[in-house]
Amino acid sequence: MTVLTLSKALNEGMRKAMEDDSKVLIMGEDVGKLGGVFRVTDGLQKDFGEDRVIDTPLAESGIIGTAIGLALRGFRPVCEIQFDGFVFPAADQIITQLAKMPMRALGAIKLPIVVRIPCGGGIGAVEHHSESPESYFIHTAGLRVVACSNPADAYSMIQQAIQSDDPVIFFEPKRRYWEKAEVDTGSTDWWAPFDQAQVVRQGSDVTLLAYGPMVKTCLEAATAAAEEGRSMEVIDLRSLNPLDTGRVFESVRKTGRAVVVHEAPVTGGFGAELAARITEQCFYHLESPVLRVGGFSTPYPPSKLEEHYLPDLDRVLDAVDRAFGY
Amino acid sequence: MTADAPPELVQLLTPEGERVEHPDYDIDLTPEEVRSLYRDLVLVRRIDLEAVALQRHGELGIWASLLGQEAAQIGSGRALTDDDMAFPTYREHGVAWCRDVDPVKLLGLFRGVNHGGWDPAEHNFHLYTIVIGSQTLHAVGYAMGIQRDGGDGATIVYFGDGASSQGDVNESFVWASVFNAPIVFFCQNNQWAISEPIEKQSRIPLYRRANGFGFPGVRVDGNDVFACLAVTRQALKNAREGQGPTLIEAFTYRMGAHTTTDDPTRYRVASELEAWKLKDPIERVKAYLFKNELADQEFFDAVDAEAEKLGADLRRRCVEMPDPTPMAMFEHVYSSEHRQLDEERTAYAGYLEGFES
Ligand SMILES: Cc1ncc(C[n+]2csc(CCOP(=O)(O)OP(=O)(O)O)c2C)c(N)n1
Ligand SMILES: [Mg+2]
Repeated sequence: MTVLTLSKALNEGMRKAMEDDSKVLIMGEDVGKLGGVFRVTDGLQKDFGEDRVIDTPLAESGIIGTAIGLALRGFRPVCEIQFDGFVFPAADQIITQLAKMPMRALGAIKLPIVVRIPCGGGIGAVEHHSESPESYFIHTAGLRVVACSNPADAYSMIQQAIQSDDPVIFFEPKRRYWEKAEVDTGSTDWWAPFDQAQVVRQGSDVTLLAYGPMVKTCLEAATAAAEEGRSMEVIDLRSLNPLDTGRVFESVRKTGRAVVVHEAPVTGGFGAELAARITEQCFYHLESPVLRVGGFSTPYPPSKLEEHYLPDLDRVLDAVDRAFGY
Repeated sequence: MTADAPPELVQLLTPEGERVEHPDYDIDLTPEEVRSLYRDLVLVRRIDLEAVALQRHGELGIWASLLGQEAAQIGSGRALTDDDMAFPTYREHGVAWCRDVDPVKLLGLFRGVNHGGWDPAEHNFHLYTIVIGSQTLHAVGYAMGIQRDGGDGATIVYFGDGASSQGDVNESFVWASVFNAPIVFFCQNNQWAISEPIEKQSRIPLYRRANGFGFPGVRVDGNDVFACLAVTRQALKNAREGQGPTLIEAFTYRMGAHTTTDDPTRYRVASELEAWKLKDPIERVKAYLFKNELADQEFFDAVDAEAEKLGADLRRRCVEMPDPTPMAMFEHVYSSEHRQLDEERTAYAGYLEGFES
């Protein structure tokens, strides 16, 4: 067991993947000498060289497009998009090419590419540095979309993402990069499949569904609620596409209430997808409608207002209260 | 010119403050004009230093310093006429100064109180753009607008060496060329894109890229305010007269960190900075003024005093800047009412009221 921050856990996970498979490459802006603006790739270029840890020209479409070419040639690129808001110049390559090429080739082509995206707000940044663009990618068939929330998952899931033969959009909660926890880097026995959700807190009255940065917020809300005698189950979805519906439905059928929490705007957000599926499959078990807590239907605000925009403990508890009001 | 010919650099004022001739570019400045340029340079450096200090004191979330790039920005900025339109990145505080944008308005974005802060049309200075390269296309479109509505001005767009790799920037070159748009592409090659040196973006001097797109490119000493002014003036004039785009590569150096959150010691050697300090954009103008007895100590002292006052004023007004109200988040998203947003606004106002009672 070693204590790792989330960013260091990702770093160790990538290091392990690079040691295990010489075809694994890292590419992105400032990932080499600097080790990335969040230091997630710190030291990797020093140890694996400039051919495997590539400081690319400043062009996101170029990063993903050339990663596709490298993958066609048998490599397994792990691409870093420096900040969530800068994935959009790469959206064309991701959506029109990366997601669809394997299927067009009737499976003859595999594109084992990981696109790492630091996501979410809460770090006081200027615009385009705090976004939660997961829905655009969940909506795009052909991509696996996952989000880690803690160091242990970061360590295992990044390796599983790299091992996957499908393209994986890998969201990293940037404001949790510095959170520490024990990680067992010596064995893989504890690894859960990376498309499996985890019940991170057991409860009986309501199910909180979250991923990435909001898992911690929900756990804090559950602790606060417990003091008032309300028992909340918290599920870390981990994989957004595919969704581990089995675990979600099982929990909601048990508690009878579900509240989805994400930073992304509620309008057209992943919460809508969850609510629809839960309503279809758990209708007779529901005591209240599935409620959503998320960002407003506004652009991400200037940082002085982000604490209003981002769901926090109070807003989660408020939604839970409303769920109990039905 | 062969592809591997050494790059040519337009320079009119050496780092030592000597006026030199150039066959294609010249500039005739009155002593008053030179003093005025000097004042601009000193004042924008002061604004910048003050902003860095404000960030250190927690008054700004982040700041992108222009240190070292004052001449490129003042030279090009003072070449603009009122009719010209400028599109900046996030580092063009010196150009903003030339466009009469109140410096305190630049701080809003970095303090996190707004995403912009000024009316672009009022200053013919567009909002800062953080997404690298996007603004080059907006600028070309704007220039195409000038072509179509018979306006008098030209357009200038700023971008960095790193940005030159972006698809948008290359597309903007194609558009500008094909439509012969009245635009000047002003690339400040400050040698670095965060931690990546220029070699990671280009094998040839950036100004030579213009040839391939079908318009002229010129490299200017970006630390020479005279040369930047002369070259930009000429390029803007050509644009206004229907001769289409020019790419200007201002060869300069980012003397500070990329932003206040960056640590350049991780990726570049100190000797590089020391070498560039000898080419400081302000010192050479000062030397020129001194040598030619165009200014006395009294003048320099007065400029310093003015800078001091400007800095103190900026500091005070930054701290006094009001925080936005939470409800400001819902404003200006749409030009008229919007059902869902209005519902969210009402609900959130009610939610906040719950905390007051
Ligand atoms: C599309 C996009 N990708 C990445 C970034 C992150 N980023 C901000 S500044 C920068 C480097 C820009 O370098 P350059 O164009 O040379 O301008 P400079 O900062 O040197 O003025 C990067 C990669 C961004 N803002 N936008
Ligand atoms: Mg640069």
